[in-house]
Amino acid sequence: MDLEFFEQLALPLFDSLYNLAHWLTGDRMEAEDLVQETYTKALRGFKSFQEGTNLRAWMFRILRNTFLTSRSGLNARNTSWLEDEDMDVKLIAAHTDTPEALLLRHENQQTVVDALESLPAHYREIILLCEVEEFSYREIAEILSLPIGTVMSRLYRAKHALRQVLRASAPGRSQNAL
Amino acid sequence: MHCDQDDATLVQYLDGELSPDQAIALQQHIGECPRCAAEVSELIGLKRSLRVARARFTPTTEFRRKIQQQIAKPQHSWWRTRFVLTLATAAVFLVIASVLWMQHSHRPDSLSEVADLHAGALASANPVDVVSTDRHTVKPWFQNKIPFSFNIPELAGTEFSLLGGRLIYLHQQPGAQLIFTLRKHEISVLIFQRTAELAHALPAGGGIEKHNSFNVETSDAQELRFVVIGDADANEIHKLAQMIRTANE
Repeated sequence: MDLEFFEQLALPLFDSLYNLAHWLTGDRMEAEDLVQETYTKALRGFKSFQEGTNLRAWMFRILRNTFLTSRSGLNARNTSWLEDEDMDVKLIAAHTDTPEALLLRHENQQTVVDALESLPAHYREIILLCEVEEFSYREIAEILSLPIGTVMSRLYRAKHALRQVLRASAPGRSQNAL
Repeated sequence: MHCDQDDATLVQYLDGELSPDQAIALQQHIGECPRCAAEVSELIGLKRSLRVARARFTPTTEFRRKIQQQIAKPQHSWWRTRFVLTLATAAVFLVIASVLWMQHSHRPDSLSEVADLHAGALASANPVDVVSTDRHTVKPWFQNKIPFSFNIPELAGTEFSLLGGRLIYLHQQPGAQLIFTLRKHEISVLIFQRTAELAHALPAGGGIEKHNSFNVETSDAQELRFVVIGDADANEIHKLAQMIRTANE
């Protein structure tokens, strides 16, 4: 693969790679190190990368594997990124009028962030890949080096766990809604 | 209404992981099953609320630039390689051009020497070492003075007449300079051995050339190189050059 081609494909992934790296590490410096190392490894390996295969999944796989071997990857649970300074993302209002939709529409953004943060690292990771990066199960299986059946069951359990946390954080509303 | 629908299937449905057939069947079921409809509704809400996780963390401009440079770096060196190669190529071309130019400019220099020899001889009080209109006198005079011999054409019946000859040197090579007259014009015929250096300095076969006020023609016969130079008409110079060449072939 041509280096120029790599630049064209890999550079647009920068923001999402950084976002995931920050989610995983919980620290700006560590996230930067992780992203930089990911690009270094990708640059080193891109010649062996087969054109036509999924570069995006490949890059995320490198990021994730690099994270696993990093210090913060080993201490994945001990994170704290609860600052609320760049919370400019607005929840899009639900168009359905079901009680659950209403409940989640009014859910505080911070509550969702907190809930996600409180999840075990492997749950948080798979939810981010599925819901934020919108990877297919097949791609997630590739990134996490898991059988697709494990991806399905882990993702289900992760979402279930997240819902439990969100319910617990808003018991009154949840009870009213249900 | 009893429902044994697997919740994991509902998650897969919303993640777009079911086959079209499975999805259609499930859609139908959701329309009939309040429990599954509520479940799907909540899962949709969950999906929406998770959008907050997108672009939650944005890289600094400084870091973005750093990564851009990191990726662009090999390309820079590639560009540099190209630049260096281009420079090297330009340098090679410059050298070739200089050599060619020097070779080319060498020729007028040699022609200038020829012109100087011609003009010098004419300006001299003793323009020739051997004064004779008889070619049979002039030719033997050069024997043992130059390492080659040549023939002087028969001038009877032409307007050319022989004035004499003298020994000359060009590029450290001995040669014969014959001076002919044509009416009021003096014409020098310079004869050299065609060594590589001389052949290079005085390329032949270019026909009549103009050098200063002189017409010059350089030609070959056998192992000799002749330069005919004079202020006579180009046709006359050419005519004499032909006669010299014919005499020595």
